[in-house]
Amino acid sequence: MTFLSNIFKRRSSAPVARDRLQILLAHERISGGDGKDDLLAQLHREIMEVIKRHVVVDQDKVQIKLDRGAHCSTLEIDVEVPGLTDVKPGEKPTIQAASAPADAKKA
Amino acid sequence: MSKVLVVTSGKGGVGKTTTTAALGAALAQNGQSVVLVDFDVGLRNLDLVMGAERRVVFDLINVIQGDANLAQALIKDKRVPSLSLLPASQTRDKDALTAEGVAKVIEELRKKFDWVICDSPAGIERGAQMAMYHADMAVIVTNPEVSSVRDSDRIIGMLDSTTEKAKKGEKMEKHLLLTRYDPQRASRGDMLGTDDVLEILSIPLLGIIPESGDVLRASNVGAPVTIAEPESAAARAYNDAARRLAGEKLEVTIPTERKGLFDWLFKRRVS
Repeated sequence: MTFLSNIFKRRSSAPVARDRLQILLAHERISGGDGKDDLLAQLHREIMEVIKRHVVVDQDKVQIKLDRGAHCSTLEIDVEVPGLTDVKPGEKPTIQAASAPADAKKA
Repeated sequence: MSKVLVVTSGKGGVGKTTTTAALGAALAQNGQSVVLVDFDVGLRNLDLVMGAERRVVFDLINVIQGDANLAQALIKDKRVPSLSLLPASQTRDKDALTAEGVAKVIEELRKKFDWVICDSPAGIERGAQMAMYHADMAVIVTNPEVSSVRDSDRIIGMLDSTTEKAKKGEKMEKHLLLTRYDPQRASRGDMLGTDDVLEILSIPLLGIIPESGDVLRASNVGAPVTIAEPESAAARAYNDAARRLAGEKLEVTIPTERKGLFDWLFKRRVS
């Protein structure tokens, strides 16, 4: 049994590498120094400002992803927003929404 | 219609010089006239890999500064007559690569050759910038390994923003060449697979060069692997890549070492 469980326990490392790269490159593409990516960085910043004006957002619950395709790039911003009741900034919301994704896409 | 091709990667040691030599020789063997230009000023190595290290008299910097003309600096390959080499300078520093000087040399080479292949130095500094600036197309050499993929992503970003083509608003043709690939380790899940790298970098695949001792053997004797070991798996992969560059539509496979009929029949298919 130990033999079998050892086989199944051993995780292959390639998927870990792929996931790490995807997360890292999504960030690097946004903050990259060249003109095209500056626009995405700016969009990202301003969209976040607008969201923050209305709801309290936990920085850890924001997922930003930039996909560079052959014909167009996509900026995907996933923000987990706490209960969208009338909460003033700074006040701790009482209801936790499971997940309310807000996608901002740029073609 | 001559083409200027840059072989680049960001990261060092992934096989840019090997690839420049092998692709150039393969294109020349197919009847094209080819010149290989070494942009690694201060750390030239293409001359050594090509076995022409004792024939270097003038170099790229001499031509840029007007100390020699192009005909004096070009070294004709002794094995393939349509293949030439323009070496980099070993003693000057990269600042001698002026934008106007490089533009003039590339323009002159365009008139003489079907293919101008620029071997980029590692990094993202001046030498690499100059090597890619005038390119019509790029081969991005990547190892299936995290640091190489990250650096390739950075270089792709530069190709799309800082080159002459990008500044004119035209699209740079980019091709991914996966080198030092080990199909067994990839299938065990211990090496990034072709699909993983393609998904992350999202540029078309030019070829997959398997990890092979023949590459080292070829550089030991100073010959491109496509000339020194033409029957090896790596050489066949480079030959196919060269034919794809020239516009042929070939299915991408990972050539295996020829051991027998069995290997030939079960040549692995990818993408």
